[in-house]
Amino acid sequence: MMESGPITGPVATDATAGETALRSSDLAGIPAKPNPAAEERGGTIWQRFAFRRPLAALILQRLGLSVGLLFAVSLMIFGGIEALPGDFATTYLGQSATPQAVENIRQDLGLDRPWSERYLSWLGGAVQGDFGTSWASRNSVSEQIGNRLGNSLFLAFFAALVSVPLAVGLGMLAVQFRNRLPDKIINVISLAAISLPEFFIGYLLIMYFAVEWGVATFPATVYNGMGFTDRLSAIALPVATLVLVVLAHMMRMTRAAILNVMSSAYVETAELKGLGTFRIIARHAAPNAVAPVINVIALNLAYLVVGVVVVEVVFVYPGMGQYMVDAVTVRDMPVVQACGLIFAAFYIFLNMAADILAILANPRLRHPR
Amino acid sequence: MNLRTIPFSAWIGIIGIAIAIFCALFAPLLAPFGEREVVGDVWLPAGGDFLLGTDNLGRDLLSRLIYGARTTIFVALAATVISFALGMILSFTAAVTGGFVDQFFSRFNDLMMAVPTLIFALVVLAVLPQHLWILVLVMAVLDSTRVFRIGRAVALDVAVMEFVEAARLRGEGTVWIIFREILPNTLSPLLAEFGLRFAFSILFLSTLSFLGLGIQPPAADWGGMVKDNKDGIIFGISAALIPGGAIAALAICVNLVVDWLMKRTSSLKGGRGDA
Repeated sequence: MMESGPITGPVATDATAGETALRSSDLAGIPAKPNPAAEERGGTIWQRFAFRRPLAALILQRLGLSVGLLFAVSLMIFGGIEALPGDFATTYLGQSATPQAVENIRQDLGLDRPWSERYLSWLGGAVQGDFGTSWASRNSVSEQIGNRLGNSLFLAFFAALVSVPLAVGLGMLAVQFRNRLPDKIINVISLAAISLPEFFIGYLLIMYFAVEWGVATFPATVYNGMGFTDRLSAIALPVATLVLVVLAHMMRMTRAAILNVMSSAYVETAELKGLGTFRIIARHAAPNAVAPVINVIALNLAYLVVGVVVVEVVFVYPGMGQYMVDAVTVRDMPVVQACGLIFAAFYIFLNMAADILAILANPRLRHPR
Repeated sequence: MNLRTIPFSAWIGIIGIAIAIFCALFAPLLAPFGEREVVGDVWLPAGGDFLLGTDNLGRDLLSRLIYGARTTIFVALAATVISFALGMILSFTAAVTGGFVDQFFSRFNDLMMAVPTLIFALVVLAVLPQHLWILVLVMAVLDSTRVFRIGRAVALDVAVMEFVEAARLRGEGTVWIIFREILPNTLSPLLAEFGLRFAFSILFLSTLSFLGLGIQPPAADWGGMVKDNKDGIIFGISAALIPGGAIAALAICVNLVVDWLMKRTSSLKGGRGDA
């Protein structure tokens, strides 16, 4: 764990920072071991491939692992829902519904088939991009998601575009002035920012920027055929909220990652040799800090994809998060399952990207013992 | 421990938490009006009879804030305690037993953590009926995955110590080893973690309530109060910001204390790094 400061804000990142480390050691598995004997013994095709191209083998392995994980998650999302009590038909019709009416609805929605059959047909459809029809509105789920996913990604993309350089810059500034006034100010402010709920930041920004000063628009409505600049001005406040939410966390992790490198023995040696600060940072610290910082960024981007849920609800922005929350309140399961799977997929693959980038940036990880 | 060694920021945190807990404990005595009592017009400005104004139904905001402290703190605390009990028992069992049990628990934990907590909660709450204890349980189970990860790492460090081995050779059972050997030696780092998870629980509960999936009205709860009053924002009525600020203030206070606890724990380890 490179993290030591308190972390509470983002849901996932604190744990996933350790998760990747754990994964690389626990789940790396046997085939990636560059076994010198493999060539002589012949071994399987995979063993020979892993020996000749350890990097490609490692990356392929991570890809396979993520796909497997996604499959397991889909099983959990679908099977878990089946195992839990509660039934759409009775919720939909109310407690006083006749058994006949409940039975009709169940047949209508196909709930009378065994769950394994429904899971397979659902998964088969999901792989092809077809998530079935919504129970509540009878619209195609994929069509709705197609429109909204783009909106959500648009929002997350611009939030990342602003927050990543800002976080890395501020993190480096905090390291440069470590334990002096700028560092302390950044530390206290980021600690406070981590503790703020997303909706509080959102409404605070709306209150001042949209209502009091009238410089921004609320609600953040976007529609098809809207001009690019109009769209940008509409998402200004949601992006600002997301940036504030993710910035403090990313910055603290960047600071911790760089400090970790700066307090290592070779940097101390460089200091004792009498090298200048700039030379130490550029030649000794930076190449070693790249891997953890990239890791931090990817993990926070994974959080960003999830963070859009609350922000979209606050700003009435037509994205995936809003869609999912609406579906949850009316218990529209096909929509909930589809959105859950897509969010989980983004999360898993960004975590995987963090993993692979860390392997690429750190030669030592390529040869696990 | 010397009282004078506690830094200023930690004092702010301790005082803030104390005020919140005091409000939660003595809510009926402190609140000027009832929790569900409609006392005036909708969205009256602050001042006069109503110190913080009234909410979207004309209920006194201050009274609801005080009662809300009760709900929010109680539910968040209950969820944290259960998640710790669950996470620590499972993680210590995994660390002590090792082998297949460890692999099984750890891989299942990885699977649970592969889905973001909020998304997981949304999916699960979409199916389950809306009861308070179900909400607490869902929060606790989802949070226990994080506790499990840290508990296992900490316990593995302790499980290889000589005194654990000595206990094993003495013929002590697994339960004894978990509660009498490992637990006392891991309490210090886990205490800081407890604070961290508590702050997170407050934020998570508020987020769920804000999305309309947490505590159900008419019970007062800070996240739900933001949801109730959010429509006033467009008219420049700041009623939604007050409970939001309360959540933020409590979370900041907890974090300030945790920050101090963590620094204390890490300074015990020594070393050059201040990371």
